[in-house]
Amino acid sequence: MALTDQARAPAPQPGSGFGVFSRVPGAWWATGFILLLMPLVAGNFWLFQVFGWSFCLGIIALSLMFLAGYGGMVSLVQMTVAVLAGYVVAILGNSGVEQISVGLSWWLYVPLAILIATGFATLVGALAVRTEGIYTIMITLAIASAFFYFTRQNYGIFNGYSGFNLVVPPRLFGVDWRQPTAFYYLSLGGAAVCYAAVVYVSRSPFGLALQGVRDNPRRMASLGFNVTAHRIAAYAFAGVVAAIGGILLVWQTSQVAPYSGGIAAVIDILIIAVVGGIRRPIGAFVGAFIFVLLSTFSPDVLSAFGLSNERFKLVIGVGFLVVVFFSPDGALGLWERWRARRRSAVDPLTGKAVAGGGP
Amino acid sequence: MDWSRRAVLGVAGATALSTAASAQGQPPIKIGILVALEGAFAAGGADGVRNVELALRQVRNMAGGRRVETIVAPSDTRPDTAVRQARKLIEQDQVDFIIGPLSGSEGIAMRDYAKTIPTKTVINGISGALETTWVDPAPNFFRYNLDGAQWGAGLGTYAMRTKNYRRVASVSADYSFGYTNFLGFAVDYCRAGGTIVQRFWVPLGATDFGGVIAQLPDNIDAIYLGLGGTDAINFLNQWQQAGAGTKIIGGTIMADQTVLTSRGRARNALIGALTSGPLAEDNPDAAWRDYVRAYQEGFPAAQRFASPSLFGVGYYIATLAAIAGLNAVNGDLSDGQQKFRAALSALKLASPLGEITLNENRQATGTVFVNEVAEGPGGTLVNKMVAKTDGVTQTLGMTAEQFRAMGLPSRTTPNDCAALARR
Repeated sequence: MALTDQARAPAPQPGSGFGVFSRVPGAWWATGFILLLMPLVAGNFWLFQVFGWSFCLGIIALSLMFLAGYGGMVSLVQMTVAVLAGYVVAILGNSGVEQISVGLSWWLYVPLAILIATGFATLVGALAVRTEGIYTIMITLAIASAFFYFTRQNYGIFNGYSGFNLVVPPRLFGVDWRQPTAFYYLSLGGAAVCYAAVVYVSRSPFGLALQGVRDNPRRMASLGFNVTAHRIAAYAFAGVVAAIGGILLVWQTSQVAPYSGGIAAVIDILIIAVVGGIRRPIGAFVGAFIFVLLSTFSPDVLSAFGLSNERFKLVIGVGFLVVVFFSPDGALGLWERWRARRRSAVDPLTGKAVAGGGP
Repeated sequence: MDWSRRAVLGVAGATALSTAASAQGQPPIKIGILVALEGAFAAGGADGVRNVELALRQVRNMAGGRRVETIVAPSDTRPDTAVRQARKLIEQDQVDFIIGPLSGSEGIAMRDYAKTIPTKTVINGISGALETTWVDPAPNFFRYNLDGAQWGAGLGTYAMRTKNYRRVASVSADYSFGYTNFLGFAVDYCRAGGTIVQRFWVPLGATDFGGVIAQLPDNIDAIYLGLGGTDAINFLNQWQQAGAGTKIIGGTIMADQTVLTSRGRARNALIGALTSGPLAEDNPDAAWRDYVRAYQEGFPAAQRFASPSLFGVGYYIATLAAIAGLNAVNGDLSDGQQKFRAALSALKLASPLGEITLNENRQATGTVFVNEVAEGPGGTLVNKMVAKTDGVTQTLGMTAEQFRAMGLPSRTTPNDCAALARR
């Protein structure tokens, strides 16, 4: 089952002169500019709460997309990896729980957080890669819930039920990175780097081999590829991405506690990846944006229709159901189908419109 | 369309028109209601919204000469959700102040968030963590309900002096409210001369209490049960099966309606159980009776509880305080709400639970009731008020230094029961 499409963009024309830049479609430039100039038009609430949160969740969902889309492994442990990175930041850096937090400087605790979370992800990967399909989901879910209960019961390191509050980004270069605009650029930068890394890795020899392993592990093994090693390496790479998302998320919410990595949060990440579309990396961010919009504004939707907004979860659920019902491959699938329909509405030979719009 | 997004609490059209005319030129005051409408406390949260509505209806949606609008922001008792929703209320919906939140860890998160919005005000809904107004409190966070430790006041004295329970063992929930509520009981009980033989802490949502029950010491007069909801029911059933034997002293949420109406063996163990908390359903006070009647007449029986819940009362009193504060300053919220906050701090609020005042941490001083479970008409179990303690302070009658020296609520606080008795 090929979950992802490769090389959709046309191959670069020889001699076009712009090198790598000409390969980037215009729509991407436009999106980039819009995102960069967003602080000029959007208010603080949108910058920090809507976009900032979307980028953080998007990065974590991206790590799941990488494993599921390119590796064919649906891992539910990505949120746990992210939360672990958040915990390490809270424990080694500064937080409101002074008797536990060590108070190291950021250049020490940020790399350590990524390192520890990646190590954990690699270990989980080593356990999970020997299984397939639903068993991978079950093993990773079991580890995620074990982590949840462990953090809830452990008071010495993880501060039990209460977790850590007042975990804020360091002041760097005279900038308070928790201010809306600063945090917007910080999370946008993180998202861009992670996105670029995933796209790059997916086209590298490792990424191509991983997709080969996904499509036919037995054939890849007979060609001399170490299937298990490729899968574990994929977990490790996805762990780095999830850890970055987790660090940004803990700075955004300024706290981390067991429920941050609870079953609901773990499932949220799966929902985000599926709703956005699990075939392409950008889907994770589209899904996160839809998720954030729905969970922020669904009470208002109900009030607008004069209904009691106690039932706001209904709107969220119906919203996701609609997306998945009309497009099994998420919001991106809807978009692509719409483009395909427009394209096929024009006869490629004559350039005239075709009645009915094609199949 | 802006107006349609706002959940304007409805009044009859005519009164709304006439009152709006008198308040012309002044924009309405917007109140954000931050409340848990999802998760374990969803039913209590809905009762909170109902009570805000009731309090505002009683003043025809007018306070300080201005019309009042409310916007509900639902949370799920997670602190990060509470802060997200609070941000939305302040930044997106541009409310003047927030009433909420509902649960303890949300309250601590809102204390920290309140410090980032110094020109706005937060009036606590019913969250009861001690730390919220004790550790580094925010100058714009006001709490008119008692905290979890205060809710335990008077229970120990009653158990010791009236019931003569000299030795107890405790079984409580292993999280912040469990510690805090236990601390209130323990301080009072130790001061009255009681002995706490052993403490057991069980995780929230535990189902098997066999291990704890087997370890309970024999030579005790009562157990202190700091559990609530299904945890309490499960414990009582298993304890009853194991032979029970001693009396029960309960935490504030031990004998609420979910537990009292449960079927099975648990109910036999419950008769005679003592609990303490911020309200007594059969409180003879006229103010309480009037409030309960207004609540029961205000909503159809199918859409409310038989009597206002703990959560509902909290939100009702918070709204009363907001209205009183607005009236005191004639709806003037200018200048970063300084006058409004000064008025809130100085309030002597006449509430259904008696007079409530705030201390220097903007934490309430008020009344705590001791209730005993008894068999009511038709074999139902009801709470009967047996004692009350007025003027319970945040420091439980100690000086601030003594209270601070005891340490924050945890598994081992208070650690020296005998020292409290000598004091």
